[in-house]
Amino acid sequence: MQLKHPAVAGTLESSDVQVTIHPNNGMGLDIRIESIVKAQFGDAILETVEEVLASFGIAEALVRINDKGALDWVIRARMQAAICRGADCSFDWKGEDA
Amino acid sequence: MPVNAVGRELPERIGNYLVKPYQGTNALEPTSKKVVSNRVLTLRPASGSKVVDTLEQAIQATGLKNGMTISFHHSFREGDLVVGQVLTAIRNLGIKNLRFAPSAVVNIKNPSIVDFVRDGTITRIEASGIRGELGDAVIDGLMEEPVILRTHGARPRAIEAGELEIDVAFIGASAADEYGNATGQIGPNACGALGYSFIDVTTAGKVVIITDNMVDYPCVPASISQQYVDYVVVVEQIGIPEKIGAGATRMTRNPRDLMIAQRIADVIAASRLFKNNFSFQTGAGSISIACTNYLADRMEERGIKASFALGGITANIVEMFNKGLVRVLEGSQSFDAVAARAIAEHPNILEIDNAVYSNMYGKGCMLDKLNFGVLTALEIDVDFNLNILTGSSGEMMGGLGGGPDVASGADISIAALPIVRGRTPSVVNKVFTICTPGETVAMVVTEAGIALNPRHKHYEMLREDMEKTDLKIVSIESLRQLAESFTGKPKQIECTDKIVCIVEYRDGTVIDVIRQIKR
Repeated sequence: MQLKHPAVAGTLESSDVQVTIHPNNGMGLDIRIESIVKAQFGDAILETVEEVLASFGIAEALVRINDKGALDWVIRARMQAAICRGADCSFDWKGEDA
Repeated sequence: MPVNAVGRELPERIGNYLVKPYQGTNALEPTSKKVVSNRVLTLRPASGSKVVDTLEQAIQATGLKNGMTISFHHSFREGDLVVGQVLTAIRNLGIKNLRFAPSAVVNIKNPSIVDFVRDGTITRIEASGIRGELGDAVIDGLMEEPVILRTHGARPRAIEAGELEIDVAFIGASAADEYGNATGQIGPNACGALGYSFIDVTTAGKVVIITDNMVDYPCVPASISQQYVDYVVVVEQIGIPEKIGAGATRMTRNPRDLMIAQRIADVIAASRLFKNNFSFQTGAGSISIACTNYLADRMEERGIKASFALGGITANIVEMFNKGLVRVLEGSQSFDAVAARAIAEHPNILEIDNAVYSNMYGKGCMLDKLNFGVLTALEIDVDFNLNILTGSSGEMMGGLGGGPDVASGADISIAALPIVRGRTPSVVNKVFTICTPGETVAMVVTEAGIALNPRHKHYEMLREDMEKTDLKIVSIESLRQLAESFTGKPKQIECTDKIVCIVEYRDGTVIDVIRQIKR
């Protein structure tokens, strides 16, 4: 999947995460993480971000994560929303029912 | 390396500090020796006045020299303007290498305590907590000498045992007269009880009262007596009233905190110790304040009255008093303006010495007579040890306060905390810093259930009482697993070998140390 334009999902409220995503044509993945729990969960956040990108088949993107202590499910959901907005596609809910 | 009774490895010495490892509450260090005091016989001033024009003059008159120990109280909290003014005057006089030993370090800015450490005015710190900018700098290795952190009960013990001798005590007071009678109860910048300063006043080599409200002799009420005071200085302002605690502390609207608070009241009400003339200390955190209100409801429903409430007093405890639900309020500190004013208004609302509240080496303290104590904490581990100092990323979050004292003094000590905060689990395998030993914590109340501590002295009684209710009792391990299932497993914070803080228990033994965080 290709990102068509920049997109944002999430807020800077406590326990939320703000994901900003840009097309990064020809330059691969560039993931930048800021988090209030980076010392304990920085690696886990990166893993989740990469996993969600891979599940959409996105190989080129600049992703900025501004995390205020969101749980993993929240990060996942905000990532999915940002990708769908940036790629002008709707979320495929079929996978969620399985 | 020796290991103490809560499993922490400690060196035998830290610089010049000789480590006495914590041995458990059954092996508390017995002490029987003369009280150490720096107080000296002093002929009264011929002028009939102790007023000195400036802080600089007062400091010079005390004979303060390089390397000495100075102290303050923390009753003006974040609104304190005394500490900054005194330290600035000391710096102007070029006095250095001081040991700074307030009852607690409040987070003052402009100037910050960090500035006085960086310029060498302060080289050692001993207090109950070092929150804010100073705490963060210390944990990142600001100081050569480790900071010694003591509970409220441990400080008077250390002073009277000769481990913390105070040369000069600087005492902010919201009203004082020319001969040194002083109080925090009246005046534009009233803070209420001055209970943390009494030990300083009675044992320091010199005592300086600092006020912005000189009243006619004699100052009444006089929390501090003229017989201990050497000098009085008038400054423009000693505190910022809004930050001292102007209004009543507000009730939280966080539904999770309210739920935990309600459960604590349910637990207390289910105990057989909840009967006429019981006693309690709830504290001033948001859960604590809410819990006080729920407890008042339970008391009214059951027609039960308490004998006393202890420690830091809040507006809603005063409200319980006014309703006739509590006979006496014994306050070492007033957390808001309502509580501050109440002392002067009611003979049964008392300002008490922190030592009589919490020092177990004072022939018995009031905590020994306490039935229920509520403890807020940052983390609890599966052994029920509490961390009330350090956050999960290794930042300084608070002070020891009286929490460890309350836990060991109260019959039933109730730790209250949510199982996760943001993405940080607060029920863990091992807390980052042990402040309160698990054996003194009777139970933990969370939004996900209540866990009883099988190692607590009143476990059987509590278990029987709780089994008669529909309160959800779970194991602490299940709370830990649930928390981790929400957050994932956090990576361990890495530390260097440098010890930046020593955490002393109420008997002067070392319960834990904090090492510099690797950034």
